[in-house]
Amino acid sequence: MWSLSNIAGITQTWLNATFNPTIALWSEFVIVGVLVIALFAVLGLGLVYMERKVAAHIQIRLGPNRVGPMGIFQTTADTVKLIMKEGLTPDGSDHFLFNLAPFVVMIAAMLVLAPIAFAKNFQIWDINIGVLYVSAVSSISVIGILMAGWASNNKYSLLGAMRSGAQIVSYELSVGLSIISIVVLSGSLQLSDIIASQQDGWWIFKGHIPVIIAFVIFIIAVTAETNRAPFDLAEAESELTAGFHTEYSGMKFALFFLAEYINIFIVCAIGATLFFGGWMPLHIGNWQGFNQVMDYIPSSVWFISKTLFLIFLIMWFRWTFPRLRIDQLLNLEWKYLLPISMVNLLLITVMAIMKWHF
Amino acid sequence: MNPSSIPSDYLPIFIQFLVAAGFVVAVMVATHWLGPKRKSKLKLETFECGIEPQGNARIPFSIKYFLVAILFVLFDVEVIFMYPWAVNFKVLGESGLIEMLIFMALLLTGFFYIIKKGALKWE
Repeated sequence: MWSLSNIAGITQTWLNATFNPTIALWSEFVIVGVLVIALFAVLGLGLVYMERKVAAHIQIRLGPNRVGPMGIFQTTADTVKLIMKEGLTPDGSDHFLFNLAPFVVMIAAMLVLAPIAFAKNFQIWDINIGVLYVSAVSSISVIGILMAGWASNNKYSLLGAMRSGAQIVSYELSVGLSIISIVVLSGSLQLSDIIASQQDGWWIFKGHIPVIIAFVIFIIAVTAETNRAPFDLAEAESELTAGFHTEYSGMKFALFFLAEYINIFIVCAIGATLFFGGWMPLHIGNWQGFNQVMDYIPSSVWFISKTLFLIFLIMWFRWTFPRLRIDQLLNLEWKYLLPISMVNLLLITVMAIMKWHF
Repeated sequence: MNPSSIPSDYLPIFIQFLVAAGFVVAVMVATHWLGPKRKSKLKLETFECGIEPQGNARIPFSIKYFLVAILFVLFDVEVIFMYPWAVNFKVLGESGLIEMLIFMALLLTGFFYIIKKGALKWE
């Protein structure tokens, strides 16, 4: 049976048999690096295409349909166009910080990718502090956004960056508390352990209503954290032009754009891992036959389809809810989501102690 | 779960960092090399909806945003304290839960004070 972990294992055995250990190790690093960059390209192109198609169909349009069959090469064409564009650094800006900001945002997005489990036994880096690492590194990107907005020396950028800073740090609290509620249930920070704890059912089914509340809070908070509508105040195009990246052009703009979509993928992958069991197939208690049928579907397919479903959910939000005002946005977080998620965490703790979950 | 980790466990993340930085540098160099370089005074001006830029953007800014950031630091520290407790709460048992409840109650009192004081009121 071909699976991603099999292919990785065969490659590793072959490399170790052919070369000495040092060269084998370094060539593994190179292969992983190339794969990560390839994944980035595919994700960026694929998700932008998906966003445009989903948006179009929700608005009863067709969306991109000229470049390639059903317009699938539209985003590739856009990328080529952006690479050929001139990258400007405005005179009034702080040149060093202006050019550093895309690096910060992009590197932060790329680093968070490391501990995500893409399939059974297929993970770049299975560290024991998995989810803590994810929430720590993903909060670096706000520095890049503030840097971009301030360095541009543009009023729209400054407003966008300030809004974005306040918004991202606020919603990070709720994301952290929802993550902790799953950590309480599974008793580990390591992503592979969290997935293994969902062997007999995903947490969203096993954890009764408190976990469902935690999931709802998680999905609201990550939508805000990735600056997506209805929380896209940072780049509200009708009032702030493009928010913090107004002054960016060409590939520097494209890097911000790419980082935004990578971040959406990462938060959805984390959500799928924590609440929907990552690559774990749908298992129901003791139904042996059912579980075996589900095991035939490859684990990578399970992971990708759960993640894509969550991404679709976030795209759906964008065309359903109107944009909030900044005070409404902060009220929602500080007066509703934060107290609810704290009480919910206590409920989940009591549930875990009493062993009320399945 | 592996109880301890050594610095070399973090080597993959260093390499990933190098790959990420290399990718961004390569993209920037490629676009610099491929793109046109026709700069003019007007093109490099700050964008302000087509009118002449008025003054500078380095201006004093609303204190509310700063206040939110400060509040975030307080509550984020609380969330960070919860991580080790969440992993170990089964071992710590009931006494651990009661201590956590006291800790949370203290913070929620402060939180209530902030709300009543109007720190999150905009106008």
